[in-house]
Amino acid sequence: MTSAEKLIFEKGAPGRRTATMTAMDVPREPLENMIPPNMLRKEPAPLPEVSEIEVVRHYTHLSQRNFGVDTGFYPLGSCTMKYNPKLNEDMAGLPGFARLHPLQPDETAQGAIQLIYELEQYLAEISGMERVTLQPSAGAHGELTGLMLIKAYHESQGQGHRHLVLIPDNAHGTNPASATLADYKAVEVKTDPATGGIEMAHLQALLDAYASEVAAIMMTNPNTLGLFDSNIVAIANMVHEAGGQLYYDGANANAVLGITRPGDMGFDVVHFNLHKTCSTPHGGGGPGSGPIGVREHLVPFLPGPLPAKGEYAGGASTSHAGGASPRPYYYWQDVGPQSIGKMRANNGNFGVLVRAYTYIRTYGPDGLLHVAQSAILNANYVKHELAADYEIAYPLTCQHEFIATAQRQKEESGVTALDIAKRILDFGMYAPTIYFPLIVHEAMMIEPTETETRETLDYFVSVMHQIAEESRTNPEIVKTAPHTTPVGRLDQALAARKPNLRWTPEQEATH
Amino acid sequence: MSYIPNTPADQQVMLERLGLASFEALLAPVPEPVRLRRPLDLPPALAEPDLKRLLMSMAGKNNDLDSMISFLGAGTYDHAIPSVVSHLQRRSEFVTSYTPYQPEVSQGMLQAIYEFQTMVCQITGLDIANASLYDGATALVEAALLAVGPGGRGEVVVSQGVDPQYRRVLHTYAHARGFHVSEVPLSNGVTDLAALNEAVTPATAAVVVQQPNFLGSIEDMSAIEPIAHKGKAVFVTTITEPASLGILAAPGDYNADIAIGELMSFGNPMSYGGPALGFMASKQKYMRLLPGRLVGQTVEEIGDKHTGYVLTLQTREQHIRRERATSNICTNQSLLAVGATIFLAALGKQGFRELGELCLQKAHYAYLQIAAVPGFEAVFATPFYDEFVVRSPVPAAQLQHQLVQNGIIGGYDLGRDYPDLENCLLFCVTETRTKDDIDTLVSTLREVQA
Repeated sequence: MTSAEKLIFEKGAPGRRTATMTAMDVPREPLENMIPPNMLRKEPAPLPEVSEIEVVRHYTHLSQRNFGVDTGFYPLGSCTMKYNPKLNEDMAGLPGFARLHPLQPDETAQGAIQLIYELEQYLAEISGMERVTLQPSAGAHGELTGLMLIKAYHESQGQGHRHLVLIPDNAHGTNPASATLADYKAVEVKTDPATGGIEMAHLQALLDAYASEVAAIMMTNPNTLGLFDSNIVAIANMVHEAGGQLYYDGANANAVLGITRPGDMGFDVVHFNLHKTCSTPHGGGGPGSGPIGVREHLVPFLPGPLPAKGEYAGGASTSHAGGASPRPYYYWQDVGPQSIGKMRANNGNFGVLVRAYTYIRTYGPDGLLHVAQSAILNANYVKHELAADYEIAYPLTCQHEFIATAQRQKEESGVTALDIAKRILDFGMYAPTIYFPLIVHEAMMIEPTETETRETLDYFVSVMHQIAEESRTNPEIVKTAPHTTPVGRLDQALAARKPNLRWTPEQEATH
Repeated sequence: MSYIPNTPADQQVMLERLGLASFEALLAPVPEPVRLRRPLDLPPALAEPDLKRLLMSMAGKNNDLDSMISFLGAGTYDHAIPSVVSHLQRRSEFVTSYTPYQPEVSQGMLQAIYEFQTMVCQITGLDIANASLYDGATALVEAALLAVGPGGRGEVVVSQGVDPQYRRVLHTYAHARGFHVSEVPLSNGVTDLAALNEAVTPATAAVVVQQPNFLGSIEDMSAIEPIAHKGKAVFVTTITEPASLGILAAPGDYNADIAIGELMSFGNPMSYGGPALGFMASKQKYMRLLPGRLVGQTVEEIGDKHTGYVLTLQTREQHIRRERATSNICTNQSLLAVGATIFLAALGKQGFRELGELCLQKAHYAYLQIAAVPGFEAVFATPFYDEFVVRSPVPAAQLQHQLVQNGIIGGYDLGRDYPDLENCLLFCVTETRTKDDIDTLVSTLREVQA
């Protein structure tokens, strides 16, 4: 194990610097002529004073203490950690995209608006929806947007009193949190232990009890157990009959590309996680992008503005010479009075959208279908190979992911899912998502994705087999893992009990 | 073209291992009525060289800020990015990692965010900061949600000097959550103090003022702070142009409780407005109410007790607290926070101050030059930072179009957000504009007038 890397604040010396500033090429006015003294900063911000070589080595070292998809296998369930193509990075970095101001006139951003307009159409086709907005910044932001649309719709129908959102007990935590933010009350729907889908009798009971109060149901399909809910058509009919709307959490959309579409399943709203399904890099926790697709009846409520396509005319959009067909003109169109408003400043996470656009154009229709098929095959393959050593929570045909558990190991030797996750790190791989979904004890949620080789999957399986062996023969090595990482297991309790959220000079003195 | 490594032969071996004749068996759970039995209606796949050509031609249809001289700010600012920043930020170990759930193999990202939290405190003069939020507008919403509390009721008082887009987003959330927003008008380009005093009541949960405000004017925070704090309201300051903090008093200096805003312009491309980098800093007492992720320092459980970093105080967050969480944010803007951190390390104590002054000086030079052009007039006499308002003798849209024809992206048309500022433009001059750029703008404006 290597020792800790010092903080940037503990490096450097007074007077050192990296960036040089552009010339002061205008006459310099005394500050007090421009700014009243009481509005001037009293003390300079105590930022680091470091040279360029120190900055480079420091952040290079930090990157070396970080594990990414480029480092190794990342079977983190529900996160779809697939390979992030380098081409997509290059395209997002083109100055014609990266060096655009969000408020510059439409006539100077034709390529950008065109890209947004076309990506909207691609996502509408992939999801089977009427219209899409690319404004939301991440999945949870999309969820909230979708619930606001549902709320505005119900209000327009004189159904504003509907205040309940049904959410399966295996749902992502963002679902109930988003419901609360939209001023809804979350009501849990039970999972059927036999199928892993929604317990139909419970859903029926809830609808019977609360029919006129239910605003929506939020579902992931396939769900967080990696299982496709075969009752989806019946569920959609039941909820719609009760006057509710169906919200599709697109976190697991990698499993359905070209196979089925939320719109065909009966959903009214869907969000995408482009940082999962469309392989835009996750950046250590963002940026993401959470576009929303809706059916026709929800279109008037979408946040704005929305991109539109017209033709070049005279005036501001100069007419073209020659007699060819009219040149398209892309522009931002204000939305109508029923719109919920605006979910963030500017036009969405455009840099992420360029990557997603490139991704979809790379694969085309057949390729996207092959993505989903390969993701499903890889998950079923790993599930099959692990079944000898680990309990599989729902031993059924899974889709893009599945839940193995550490229950056998815990009973036999006290080795937990956390221990196994930490031990996996010793073999140069990331860990599965653990202790989620909450309804499975000692859960290890495994999503291999389609971009891994068979050899990598086999290596993961062999490591899991070894850890199962160790749990029987030498459980201590698992319980004290990891052993080869930059730091050992960290004291989470101390971090929460005595929060230290920033460096201070006093802290350095006590080191 | 494809990033799927397994060949049909590989997949056949895997299917055989599963005892399946074909892939279709794995789709048995998907009922036939919902199966899509046709190819998606999308353009066909393109190989990398062809796709590059396509994307480059689309990018070429945009007039980017390297090909035009831009005087556009209005919430998004053009600050130079030292080469060292992009090179380090793009290291793929940062780029291709997930949220650091396994801290032992995520120390790099965690430490970088801990440094980010510290630097946000250093520039704002506040006690603590979170790991980032989507953008400045949603950061403002999060501050309002924090102030109105778990009941989600109460009133937020917001100055019309706050970015109009931010206010629109605040209204959108307020309607859904059920709290009230009241706006305080401006007077001579700054928040009307008498109106503010009237608006703040015992029911006020938060008072939000932007510094410098959307019109570029510097608010007198020493006069605003006592009004904001006369009841129990949380005093929130919004900062969209963080370069101003090199010169102007920090939120901690004027006793703000919370500072929120936008840090995209520090080390990250503006990328047509996103991904952006919302931040939130606050006094210590709000620690357990802060939305989003927090990185804390700790030590190893056993062994050498080396220092390490973890995500902490997670019981505030949605994945633990679910419907009782104060915010639903999950994915945030970590990679942009890394960019801002390296940017601030590269600028350092001295460079940060210099950046602040360069913008100030160049904007004031431009202000004097433009105000001297016949027909154009400066609208306000209040102190400003790097943006200012000019009334145009011709309609703003017409002026903008004429400037574009001359290779210039002009100021922001204020008429759409402030009806009494029709034909007024908000010009921004950061350190990236040279004296030549400014003189080119001024001579073009003279021609427009002529």
